[in-house]
Amino acid sequence: MIGIEHYIVVSTILFVLGVLGIFLNRKNIIVILMAIELILLAVNINLVAFSAYLGDLSGQIFAMFVLTVAAGEAAIGLAILVIYFRSRGTIAVDDVTQMKG
Amino acid sequence: MQTSILIIVFAPLLAAIIAGLGNRMLGNFTSKLITTGGLFLACALSWPIFIGFLNGSETATVVPVMKWVESGAMSFDWALRVDTLTAVMLVVVTSVSALVHLYSWGYMEEDPDQPRFFAYLSLFTFAMLMLVTANNLVQMFFGWEGVGLASYLLIGFWFKKPSANAAAIKAFVVNRVGDLGFMLGIFGTFLVFQTTSIPEILEMAPAMQGASTIGFMGMRVDTMTVLCILLFIGAMGKSAQLGLHTWLPDAMEGPTPVSALIHAATMVTAGVFMVCRLSPMFEAAPTALAFVTVIGAATCFFAATIGTTQWDIKRVIAYSTCSQLGYMFFAAGVGAYGAAMFHLFTHAFFKALLFLGAGSVIHAMHHEQDMRYYGGLRKEIPFTFWAMMAGTLAITGVGVYHLGAGFAGFWSKDAILEVAYASAGTYSNMAFWLGTFAALLTSFYSWRLMFLTFWGKPRWIESEHIQHSVHKTPEEAGADTTGGYHPHESPWTMLVPLGLLSTGAIFAGQVFHDAFLDQESFWNGSIAYNAALMHAMHEVHWLVKYAAFIVMILGFVGAWYAYIRNTDVPRRTAEQLGPIYTFVHRKWMFDELYDNIFVKPAFWLGRILWKRGDEGTINRFGPDGAAWVVLQGSGLAKKFQSGLLTSYALIMLIGLVAAVTWVLF
Repeated sequence: MIGIEHYIVVSTILFVLGVLGIFLNRKNIIVILMAIELILLAVNINLVAFSAYLGDLSGQIFAMFVLTVAAGEAAIGLAILVIYFRSRGTIAVDDVTQMKG
Repeated sequence: MQTSILIIVFAPLLAAIIAGLGNRMLGNFTSKLITTGGLFLACALSWPIFIGFLNGSETATVVPVMKWVESGAMSFDWALRVDTLTAVMLVVVTSVSALVHLYSWGYMEEDPDQPRFFAYLSLFTFAMLMLVTANNLVQMFFGWEGVGLASYLLIGFWFKKPSANAAAIKAFVVNRVGDLGFMLGIFGTFLVFQTTSIPEILEMAPAMQGASTIGFMGMRVDTMTVLCILLFIGAMGKSAQLGLHTWLPDAMEGPTPVSALIHAATMVTAGVFMVCRLSPMFEAAPTALAFVTVIGAATCFFAATIGTTQWDIKRVIAYSTCSQLGYMFFAAGVGAYGAAMFHLFTHAFFKALLFLGAGSVIHAMHHEQDMRYYGGLRKEIPFTFWAMMAGTLAITGVGVYHLGAGFAGFWSKDAILEVAYASAGTYSNMAFWLGTFAALLTSFYSWRLMFLTFWGKPRWIESEHIQHSVHKTPEEAGADTTGGYHPHESPWTMLVPLGLLSTGAIFAGQVFHDAFLDQESFWNGSIAYNAALMHAMHEVHWLVKYAAFIVMILGFVGAWYAYIRNTDVPRRTAEQLGPIYTFVHRKWMFDELYDNIFVKPAFWLGRILWKRGDEGTINRFGPDGAAWVVLQGSGLAKKFQSGLLTSYALIMLIGLVAAVTWVLF
């Protein structure tokens, strides 16, 4: 029987993977975007799982909103990336250090 | 007299302010004219006052100027007191000062900074006049510090010379030691008498003799003794007495007219004046008087010994001054204040004359001051020679008792020695013998100075100053030891003061001895006058009366033998005496002693406080330490700002987790 715990474990694994994807990644900004998607998905799984578990639909409605926002976010992120690549000629994370004090 | 005393005191101040502030705007001539004019005006107004006191037509008055301090029991005003004692000082100060101003026209002619010099001279005169006219101790202290300041400024007048600056600082610091005593004396006097007004103090003083004790440095001691000794310590500093004398010879770094005015005729006599002014107070403290006698006699003897071994013409005269001040003090110490003031009066003339004469010699010899490089100047600068001769005859005390004729110093110095003998006591006896021996030395060093300077063969070419002037070395000059140098007599501005002071040196004793020594009515209560003692002075044995005369002759013969007849004697004597000679020549090692006891430890302490205390502790843990912590901290904090997006995100996450944890648990 698959209970609520299994969902939580999966979402936690996905969340941690997403977080690590952001921090351990030194190469590519696209990977960061993908990692953010992973985190959002982990949240979505949680929302849907708890919604089913508690019998409250508002969680699933939230998940739909999150998906929409995530799509928009991905589009804007990629658009920024394209512009950035045109001006700097690289999307390596290590090279993005203009904020260094 | 009311207006004239105000003019006498404030004309020099006004002249000093105008010349000092106008400075280059006025130019040399105008500022010299204003200051010298102011002084001659003051001098012209002073003599009538003095003569008025002499013939009894003037009486002591106090001229109020303005309110000064009113605070509880303490209240004192600016007021000018004029009595016989002040009148004597007025003529001494204004006459010598006016002549020195005139003399400086010639002596300082090539100096680029003349307005400043003349402004200082006039400022000094004002402060000195303030001192001698003081009606309360605080005003006297004002004048006392004023002359100290002017002396400091004038010793260091050539401020580009490091030695002049050092001498100026030394004079100021050594005087500070004496001034501490003077200040404590004033505080103590106020504590005891509840007033600083001199006449009120003097009125109450006799009743205080031995009447009370006061706690001083953990002991119970006689009040009057403590007060008088403290006040006398102030006088010792200002008048360069044994122990606090070391600044006076060094003060010769200043221009020669300054030495004549400040360090011979006027400022250094302020101590004697103060003791005489407060004489009723000192009379109430026999122990303090004994102390004054001992210090005076010791100084008189010790300074005279040093004078015999110095080569610098100004230093010889400086030690001579120190020695003569010793005479004045022990005269005061044995109770003959009139004799002390009389010697002060005559000394001012002949010592100013000797200094100005020495200045004229130095002027003629291209600023050479070492007597070893003089010689044979008698024919070259005859006027200066005769003026110096008058001064020497006066200081050595040439005169014959039974003829009733003599130079200024004869009357005053002999009177002091006789009165010391007449007052019969252990200390007065010691003072008499030391004073008589010092008279022998006085005669010796004075004639030594004359013989080395004016007699013998010229030794000028050995002097570096002369070598610079004639552009020759001694080898090139060969047998001509003059090096082809021609000394020139000084301009009239320098000769006129010499002439006038010579008159004073010759006649001052003859004319005024009766009034100063024998007429109680002349002093008219302005000093404590011991009529019995002054009478006893005339009754001493004739051998005592001739003692000074005999030693004067001995000194003259000794100097003649050593410096004219057989010029090898001084060198051989010095060699034979060996360490004794070195000890005396190096001024009894006072400078070395003070250097080791006070100066070096002070420097050491200063360095410790500076390096360890200030830099090592306060700076290290204070400002420097705070700056270091901030620097290191910011270096660490800087590392967080890597510019890497991911590490910012990580930090944000950690922060978020920490915050959530904090809120939840």
